[in-house]
Amino acid sequence: MNPVNYLYLSALLFTIGATGVLIRRNAIVVFMCIELMLNACNLAFVVFSRMHGNLDGQIIAFFTMVVAAAEVVVGLAIIVSLFRSRHSASVDDASLMKL
Amino acid sequence: MSASAVHSLWTTAATAAEPISKIDAPKIEYAQLSPTLIVIGAAVVGVLVEAFVPRKSRYYTQVFVAVVALAAAFSAVVALAASGYGTTKAHIAAMGAIAVDGPALFLQGTILLAGILGVFTFAERRLDPEAHGNRVDAFAAQASSVPGSDSEKAAVKAGFTTTEVFPLLLFAISGMLVFPSANDLLTLFVALEVFSLPLYLLCAVARRKRLMSQEAAVKYFLLGAFASAFTLFGIALLYGYAGSMSYATIAHVVDGTVTNVDPALAGTMGNDVLLLMGMALVVMGLLFKVGAVPFHMWTPDVYQGAPTPVTGFMAAATKVAAFGALLRLLYVVLPGMRWDWRPVMWAVAIVTMLGGAIVAITQTDIKRLLAYSSIAHAGFILAGVIATSPDGVSSVLFYLGAYSFVTIGAFAVVTLVRDAGGEATHLSKWAGLGRRSPLVAAVFAVFLLAFAGIPLTSGFAGKFAVFRAAAEGGAGALVVVGVISSAIAAFFYIRVIVLMFFSEPKPEGPTVAVPSPLTMTAIAAGVVVTLVLGVAPQYFLNLANQAGVFVR
Repeated sequence: MNPVNYLYLSALLFTIGATGVLIRRNAIVVFMCIELMLNACNLAFVVFSRMHGNLDGQIIAFFTMVVAAAEVVVGLAIIVSLFRSRHSASVDDASLMKL
Repeated sequence: MSASAVHSLWTTAATAAEPISKIDAPKIEYAQLSPTLIVIGAAVVGVLVEAFVPRKSRYYTQVFVAVVALAAAFSAVVALAASGYGTTKAHIAAMGAIAVDGPALFLQGTILLAGILGVFTFAERRLDPEAHGNRVDAFAAQASSVPGSDSEKAAVKAGFTTTEVFPLLLFAISGMLVFPSANDLLTLFVALEVFSLPLYLLCAVARRKRLMSQEAAVKYFLLGAFASAFTLFGIALLYGYAGSMSYATIAHVVDGTVTNVDPALAGTMGNDVLLLMGMALVVMGLLFKVGAVPFHMWTPDVYQGAPTPVTGFMAAATKVAAFGALLRLLYVVLPGMRWDWRPVMWAVAIVTMLGGAIVAITQTDIKRLLAYSSIAHAGFILAGVIATSPDGVSSVLFYLGAYSFVTIGAFAVVTLVRDAGGEATHLSKWAGLGRRSPLVAAVFAVFLLAFAGIPLTSGFAGKFAVFRAAAEGGAGALVVVGVISSAIAAFFYIRVIVLMFFSEPKPEGPTVAVPSPLTMTAIAAGVVVTLVLGVAPQYFLNLANQAGVFVR
C-alpha cells in the first residue's frame, strides 16, 4: 500500500486533535486532543522514515512518546490542582483574568 | 528506495548469520557542553536535596547549589568564548546535535546571568509578612494543598516552603541553554519541552492569589502544548521533505546543493508543500514562545497570574532562548527560503509592534502592562531578525541582552509595592509612589525609560542597533512602523511615570517593602546594566558583533 495514504491519515488525525482543542471545554479532553496531535506527528514520522529508508523518524517517535509522557505528568498535575480548588475542570470557568 | 531494500534495513542482521558489528560510541565533547551539563547536574542535585536534606536547611542548600551552578556555568561559557569557540573554533559538537558558536555562547551567557538574578528574586523572603514566625517567599507553602483549606493552613503553620522551585528553575535554564544552540530539529523539540514544562509548573505555585496563578498555569500549559504539537508536526514535515533532522542537511536540500540524492529524496525534495508547511508550523511554534501577535494571547494572562519573580525570569530568559532558536532556524536552515518567509515575518513584526503598543495603553494592571510591552518588544526584535544580515544577528543579540536585565529589574520592583493582599499591581495604587518612596519610583522610572528607548538607557542603544540593521537590510518601512509604535509605547510608559511622581498619594495606598540584599542585587544589577549599556554600548556592541556568526 502506498505510504502516502498514511500521511493523509496522520494529517486527518492531527486536524481532529486540533479541532478538539478548539471546541471542547473540559481541560482533560482538550489535553487528550493535544496528545492525539502528538500521536499524529508520530505516525507522520514513521511514514517518512519508511519513505526515506532511514531510521531517524522511528527514533524521533520514541522521543516524542517520552516527551508526551512527561507532558502528561505536568499537565495532569496542573489540571488536577485547578480542579481541586474550583471543583470544575472547564476551561471556560477559569476566567479571573480578562482583558 | 524499493520496499525490499527498506525491509533489509532491519532484516539483514537476522537472516545473515554474521556477528552484528558493534555500534560506534558517539563522540561527545564534554568540555564544550559543560555549561549545559553543569546546570542539568545541579538540577539533579537539587532534586536529591529535596529528598534527603532536612526541611530546615533545604532553602539555604538549594539557593547555594543554584547560585554556584549558574556561576560555574557562566564562567564555563566565558572560558569557552575566551578560547575562541565563539569565533575561530566555532563548530558543531555532540554528533551534530549542538552548535558551539558565537550566538550560542552569547545567548547562553545572557540566560545564565538572567538565571542568577532570577534565583535572587526567587529566594527573597522578607517581602511577605512572617507566617507563624517563619519567613516566607513568593511561593505556596504546599502547592498541592487547596487554597484556603485546612491542609494549607496546616502547611503554613508547619513552616513548609516550596523549595522545589530552585531545581525547576535549573531544569528550565538547562533547556534554555540548549534551545538556541540546537543544531537538529529533534534537539530543538526536546529542549523546547525541557524548558517549557518546568515553567508551566512554576506558574502555578504563587503564595498569594493562587487561583489566578493556577489559571495562568492551565492557560499557559494548554496553549503551550498546543503550540508545541504544531511545532512537532512542522518538524515531521521538514524531516519528510529533507529525509534528515540535521540543520545542515536540510539547508543543503533547500538550496538544492545536496549530493547523493536517493530516489526517495528526489521524490520529496521537489514537494514544496512539505517544505512550506513544515517551515510555517515550526516558525509558528517559535513565534508562540516569543509572544508575537497573533500567537500572543497567553502572554498577558500568564504574566499577570504567575508569581512575579517567575514572570520576571520567564519574560527575560524565554525571549532570549526562543529568539536564539528562531535566528538559527531562519539563518542556518532556511536562508534559501528567505523570499518566502520575509514577507510573512514583515506582517508579523508590524502587527506585533502596533498591537502590543496599542493594547498596552488600555491596561490598568502593571503586570499586564509590562506583558503587552514585552509583546511590542518582540516586534522590535523581529525587525532585526528580518534584516537577514550579520548586523541583524548582532543587533538582536545586543537587544536581547539589554532587554533581559531591564525586564528582571522591572518585575523585581513590582514585587516591592505591596498592600494587605500582597502585591499591589493595580495602576491606580501606584499613584504618588514617587512622593512616598522616591528611590523605588526613580528606579522603576529608569526601567520604564529603557523600555521606551530614551537615549542614555540600554533600550535606546538596542532599538537603534535593531532599526539600523533593519533599514540597511531593506526594511525601511518596517523601521517607520517601529518608530511610530515606539512613540505610542512611550506614551504609556511616561503615563506611569507621571502617575508615580505628579499625582497625590492615596491615604490607603500601598507600602513599599524593604527587600533583602538578594532583590536589591537584582534591581541594582538591572539599573547598572541599563545605564552602562546606554552610556557606553560600544564594547558590548563589538562583543555582539564578534559573536554574530553562525556555524553551519
